[in-house]
Amino acid sequence: MPQIAQIMETYSSQIFWLLVTFGFVFFVVGRGMVPRVMDTVAQRDNQIASDLAAAEAARAKADEEEEAWRKRENENRANAQALVAKAKADAAAKSEKKLAAAQKRLDTKLATAETEIAEARTAALTEVESVAAEAAQDIVKQLAGVKVTAASAKSAVKKAMTHA
Amino acid sequence: MAAEEGKVDPMHQFHIEPLMGSNGWEIAGFNIAFTNSALWMAITTVLLTIFVAGGMKRELVPGRWQMMVESATGFIDDMLEANVGKAGRKYVPYIFSLFMFILFANLLGLLPIGVVGLHPFTFTSHFTVTGVLAIISFAIVLIVGFWKHGFHFFSLFVPHGTPLPMIPIIFPIELISFLVRPFSLALRLFVAMMAGHVLLKVLSSFVIDGTNAGPEFAALVGIPSFILMIGISALEILVAGIQAYVFALLTSLYINDAENLH
Repeated sequence: MPQIAQIMETYSSQIFWLLVTFGFVFFVVGRGMVPRVMDTVAQRDNQIASDLAAAEAARAKADEEEEAWRKRENENRANAQALVAKAKADAAAKSEKKLAAAQKRLDTKLATAETEIAEARTAALTEVESVAAEAAQDIVKQLAGVKVTAASAKSAVKKAMTHA
Repeated sequence: MAAEEGKVDPMHQFHIEPLMGSNGWEIAGFNIAFTNSALWMAITTVLLTIFVAGGMKRELVPGRWQMMVESATGFIDDMLEANVGKAGRKYVPYIFSLFMFILFANLLGLLPIGVVGLHPFTFTSHFTVTGVLAIISFAIVLIVGFWKHGFHFFSLFVPHGTPLPMIPIIFPIELISFLVRPFSLALRLFVAMMAGHVLLKVLSSFVIDGTNAGPEFAALVGIPSFILMIGISALEILVAGIQAYVFALLTSLYINDAENLH
């Protein structure tokens, strides 16, 4: 077995060259390059994680915005409905008022008309009375030849008219 | 190696030989010849560096290569997080280096470039190499353990709820099982890699010798051995990955002991 047969002549060279080459590998590759390779991996992992976090945040923000928009929209709708209801109520109140005013005008017109009519009637009645008294005076003069005073004729007429 | 003419020596592949006349290189009296083993360590290092460097584009949307490198680091990161917890992250550079270095070495040793005359060499099949790696891992465990917990680290050898009279017995058992760890780490990788390569070489010698012996031997020995070789090769690729994983996993488990006691 050369490993044992040659050990005395070769051990120092084996150890020396192993230390040289493995030392080079350890210090240049292991200490120099590997940390930077792992750094790159860590950087990429960070990048991915932060990108994911940003996407998540953006989604949350969009949700929030949508929620806010919905709220605003609901508020606006409620406002609009309140406005419409108010306008309706206002319009109803106004028309009622107008109707009431018109009614009142009509009522007063009716009342004045009635008083006018009543006045006209009484005026007519007094005229009828005086005409009747005169007629009664004439009739009595013609039929009985008795001259009746105007006053007594009048009272007679009045009596007859209240009787009738 | 006294190999006969035309015979395949299954152990020859583990033979270390200096390249380019570097036999005499020395530091403080120690030989540091640039051997075929060292060459494959260098190739492993270069390819691993290129592999990881290709994943450094740092793009937000990774390409295929970057994705591969990132899955490798992510795999080690997950393993440490699962076994050690948050404190395990600081060991990612070491465990990553260990895992990828062993994995590349195992896989490169399996490359079928023998067909074009080159000889792949699996340096993880030498316990001098796996031993050093195991000792480094074990040293990290010891340093971290004593650094974080001081002498309280010895409570690792007395599991929770041990009855007082049992402590004198349990303590040495736990201590020995702890001290055996670097050996088991080193031997497991070295044996697994060597056994696989020896098996492949033995089977290939069956193919070659059987086919040379005549058509009936070829049909009876050569072809079945060849089919078996294909299967074993696939298995070896699996073993290359599993052994690298086991080495890294056990190291992270031991580090967990040192970080968190138990």
